[in-house]
Amino acid sequence: MDNTVIVIGGGISGLTAAGMLAQQGLDVTLLEKENETGGHLARWDRLFPDRKKASEVLDFAMEGLNKVKIVTGVAITGISRQDHEFTVSTNLRDSGYGMQDAGYQSPVPSPQSPVPSTQSPVPSPQSQYTASALLVATGFDLFEARKKEEYGYGIYNNVITSADLEEQFKSGRKVLTSEGKTPGRIGFIHCVGSRDEKVGNLYCSKICCVTGVKQAIELKEMFPESEVFNFYMDLRMFDRHFEELYYEAQQKWGVSFIRGRLSECSENPDGSIILKTEDTLTGKPLKMTVDLLVLLSGFVPSGGTRGISKMLGLQEGTDGFINSADQHSQNNLSGIEGVFLAGAIKGPISVSESVADARAAAAQIACYLSSFKVTND
Amino acid sequence: MIKFNLFVLPFSLGLIYIVTSIVMHYYRWIKALPAVDKVKLSAGIRTPSKVLASLKEIFLEGLIHRKLWKRNPLLGYMHMSFAFGWFLLIVMGNLESRVYHGAYINAPYYPIFLKFFIHDRLVLFFEIFTVPAFFRFIMDFLLLFVLSGLVLAWIKRKQSKWFGMKQTTMHNFFDRVALSCLWLIFPMRLLAESYTAGYFHGGGGFLTQNLGNLLVMITPGPAELIAYFFWWTYSLVLGLFFIMMPYSRYMHIPSELLLIVFRHCGIQPRKWGSSFSDLEVRSCSRCGVCIDACQLNFAAGINTIQAVYLIRSQREQYIPENIAQTCMLCGRCQEACPVGIKIDSLRLIKRREIGSGQVSDFSYLTNPHPGFADVVYFAGCMSQLTPSIPIAMEGIFKEAGINYLFIDRNGSICCGRPLMLAGKDKQANELIEFNKTLIRQTRAKLLVTSCPICYKVFREEYNLPIRIQHHSQYLLELVKDGKIALQSQHRRVVYHDPCDLGRGGNIYQAPRELLGKISDLEPVEKDRTNALCCGGSLALMGTSMRTKDEVTLDALESLLAGDPDILVTACPLCKKTFSKLSKTEVRDIAELVYDAIPSRKTRIAGTVKDPEVVIS
Amino acid sequence: MIDFGYTLTRDRQLDYDRGDFRYLKLVKSLEPSMDLCIGCGSCTATCSAAGFTNFNIRRLHTVIRRGDPESIKAELKKCMFCGKCQLVCPRGVNLRNLILAMNRAIEILG
Ligand SMILES: Cc1cc2nc3c(=O)[nH]c(=O)nc-3n(C[C@H](O)[C@H](O)[C@H](O)COP(=O)(O)OP(=O)(O)OC[C@H]3O[C@@H](n4cnc5c(N)ncnc54)[C@H](O)[C@@H]3O)c2cc1C
Ligand code: SF4
Ligand code: SF4
Ligand code: SF4
Ligand code: SF4
Ligand code: SF4
Repeated sequence: MDNTVIVIGGGISGLTAAGMLAQQGLDVTLLEKENETGGHLARWDRLFPDRKKASEVLDFAMEGLNKVKIVTGVAITGISRQDHEFTVSTNLRDSGYGMQDAGYQSPVPSPQSPVPSTQSPVPSPQSQYTASALLVATGFDLFEARKKEEYGYGIYNNVITSADLEEQFKSGRKVLTSEGKTPGRIGFIHCVGSRDEKVGNLYCSKICCVTGVKQAIELKEMFPESEVFNFYMDLRMFDRHFEELYYEAQQKWGVSFIRGRLSECSENPDGSIILKTEDTLTGKPLKMTVDLLVLLSGFVPSGGTRGISKMLGLQEGTDGFINSADQHSQNNLSGIEGVFLAGAIKGPISVSESVADARAAAAQIACYLSSFKVTND
Repeated sequence: MIKFNLFVLPFSLGLIYIVTSIVMHYYRWIKALPAVDKVKLSAGIRTPSKVLASLKEIFLEGLIHRKLWKRNPLLGYMHMSFAFGWFLLIVMGNLESRVYHGAYINAPYYPIFLKFFIHDRLVLFFEIFTVPAFFRFIMDFLLLFVLSGLVLAWIKRKQSKWFGMKQTTMHNFFDRVALSCLWLIFPMRLLAESYTAGYFHGGGGFLTQNLGNLLVMITPGPAELIAYFFWWTYSLVLGLFFIMMPYSRYMHIPSELLLIVFRHCGIQPRKWGSSFSDLEVRSCSRCGVCIDACQLNFAAGINTIQAVYLIRSQREQYIPENIAQTCMLCGRCQEACPVGIKIDSLRLIKRREIGSGQVSDFSYLTNPHPGFADVVYFAGCMSQLTPSIPIAMEGIFKEAGINYLFIDRNGSICCGRPLMLAGKDKQANELIEFNKTLIRQTRAKLLVTSCPICYKVFREEYNLPIRIQHHSQYLLELVKDGKIALQSQHRRVVYHDPCDLGRGGNIYQAPRELLGKISDLEPVEKDRTNALCCGGSLALMGTSMRTKDEVTLDALESLLAGDPDILVTACPLCKKTFSKLSKTEVRDIAELVYDAIPSRKTRIAGTVKDPEVVIS
Repeated sequence: MIDFGYTLTRDRQLDYDRGDFRYLKLVKSLEPSMDLCIGCGSCTATCSAAGFTNFNIRRLHTVIRRGDPESIKAELKKCMFCGKCQLVCPRGVNLRNLILAMNRAIEILG
């Protein structure tokens, strides 16, 4: 066993862990399937609860990465193991083999990409990487909101998701309706694709409540004249400063909260959206027209994880996320020796938790590689 | 010369018993028919064409077992060898007995036990070309035919899957006795005839004579007595079988004959049950085909509610509520039932008994005038949860320049069928009246619906003086009339027949023709009358979501075996149900048609939009 | 209102200790999934009958759970049995059968 580690997945979890490990003198390779690292965090503008810029959080994570070998744009095609050594085989992702001869070049990182281009060695179309430990940090996917057809995403132009909205914020443009108007009334729908037997997801995505509150505030900031309504079943303000954000949304920004789940919506000829829900607190069905409807899409197990999970034989829970060996004290162990887990691969999680989890995983890997076993396996 | 021996008594008594019993049963069933049905019956049996058709069906289904042949040749052969073989044995036996007996009236036992009374010898080789020898050959051949069926039946007990059956039904006491007798009848006949032929050195054909010679040679003891013993057992098992028959499943044979006649006379099941349904109940052969056809069985492991059990509990005058309610009324078993029993009606009769006690109060409904149009479009309740469908339909109406009215745009009064499926017909009728008035007021000539559930009830219960079409028919007509021009998108699609559109509405061709024009339609293993239910059926009460999911997953596996690009259906409920669990895109046929209009001005329904376009 | 010292109307509060839980027991035995409800209101929101009249299916099965089934008898009759409610329930409550079960309970318990 040497001191080599492969981190699969370059989201905030993978990046943080890779940095921690490299700083401890380990030899770290990070494999990311996209052309850029950063994962979902790279798509968000400002983070709850304190509205810190997501890019700052990413920049911080990047600081420790100068010693990490980062390979982007790869597809992992196989993982094999011999004794204590893992071999990970990769292909170039959307290029295909022939591309190399046709003058294929490593994807040029975009200007705001946190990865300095010098760190991206041009990967050959097929490569193999070996290491003594694997960290799987392949994250989550966003729930495909089109699956809730009755919510009209992909059908009505003024129905968007929280991720769309986040990207809109990031672009710095004003958020307008599809008709180019300032939205006078905006609705947020909680629990889209989460806590919903009808899409097969019973779990709570945990971060969408607070995301909804944060985005409601941001829209009020942008359009003080607008009315913003959040439709929720339960408001899960689970972490420090979250409840205060909720308080602020009511007190300072006048965001309204209606306890009722959207059953379906339809579109007016002018493009505005009619919501149907029940105001469960008055016990009456409620109809409301909004100019913009934001669906707070939840987490689903990532497609990228599924492939890796099959190759390694990771334990999938009934919800599709990966189970750790023990949720309390071995939450970074996969149950397979030398394979570790970090971040949203194990279910919905916030950035601060991802960072903490990634560091815990890094510490655990360092222990493992120095044969200092924290567990009895 | 009267030939008689004591041993013929059990058979003769049994025969008298069964004939009386059947006559009485027939009498009771006919007497209990509602007056209208009686008129139909008496008119029917005086119409030669109907009589002929009945006889033809009796021959094809009762003797040849054509439907079973179609299902599985081995199963068909087994039943045919029994029914048709036995029938021919009786006919030929009678003819054979004429050779030896000139009288016009024969004692009924005489042909049956002919070989006991007659045992002429075959003297010379050329005598095989004589009439008696011909009969000897034929009778042995037929006996062998029946026995081959017996062997198959025996194998089936062990290896039911060779017969395309995964399940066989359970038997009660009378069934068991009757079955044992039935199994014994022909072996006993074989032994009796063989021993007799062996003992007299003649009278048998190629089978019984040779076997008889052999048996007499190898078995010690007086062959004559042994033969006599077997004649007794033969008669006893026959007699016992006849006596057991009215109490056992085998009563289905005479019942089915009458049922066929009833049917050809145009008698239909009634909402609250009638003699016709009672007769259906008695006509079930307990073949178990319905168990194999049922998705609740093979996909969800529920194997206590299928038609055969519904019918059994009906016979025993008691239907546990869960048998009545746990069923998708998908019609698969009804389609598969070789006897053609209207199983869905039977189940609904029971549901009506359970559900009719409850009353509804729809006095809150008001009837604002909906406006006028040429075509009324009724999307159906479920379509509100699948907005792509009505959006596509409206887009098409506009492209085709139709003067239409979307009558339930802002929520509909339910069509009534969901209530009917729960046995609440009276309540349903109130809704039906409301909707009828609404539809009539529009003065439209055509009613188009997107929901097969609505379609079925519109057609069967509404009595509207206008044409009613499901959108798959309507869209095809628009294409044929040149109102819309389509361009194939060449996506590989499979089509799922919604239960109420296919088996329920007999619409199989229109959606296929339509899809053929706009996509590359690929076949699926189970389609048309054999199509699977999506699992979302509104008729299924009292089972967990898990069960429904199991049915859905199983159906998806079958439909998506060829990995198509799109799973197409023509029902909002199917779409919703499949979408929950399908990894492949699920779309309604209307959406596809709309996408295939190259000139469409409005935006495409159901396709992902570019988020950048949405918010400028 | 004049205070006569007594009242003709029932208590405004749910008196859980004196609740009538016979309905709950029976209905639950007929449709156990009723326990899964989280009171989200989707069923009421989508309800076909609620589009025309004051009818709240969520309230009906909630009051049974609270041991106060009085109002359901008259109310339940408004349901069209269309099944939309069942199609949206995020908890997979078998609403149509639940409605049947409530009807049954009324039939049996009066
Ligand atoms: C709308 C929304 C808003 C949010 N806002 C906030 C917020 O304001 N504050 C906050 O704390 N949290 C927020 N979160 C949560 C935050 O996004 C997550 O906690 C965080 O992204 C998890 O990081 P991760 O690295 O575990 O997973 P991911 O970000 O999903 O990263 C996984 C990485 O692995 C890569 N990968 C996947 N499969 C493979 C493979 N097979 N091979 C190689 N690479 C692979 C992916 O490309 C990706 O780069 C938000 C979430 C959502 C949905
Ligand atoms: S966090 Fe809130 S919005 Fe998200 S799934 Fe949980 S309860 Fe629903
Ligand atoms: S109902 Fe039909 S299919 Fe089922 S056992 Fe009876 S005869 Fe066979
Ligand atoms: S109608 Fe369908 S669900 Fe019901 S018993 Fe027949 S096959 Fe099974
Ligand atoms: S079944 Fe009854 S309660 Fe449910 S949506 Fe229809 S009318 Fe409403
Ligand atoms: S939709 Fe389901 S969970 Fe929501 S209130 Fe109705 S029964 Fe309860």
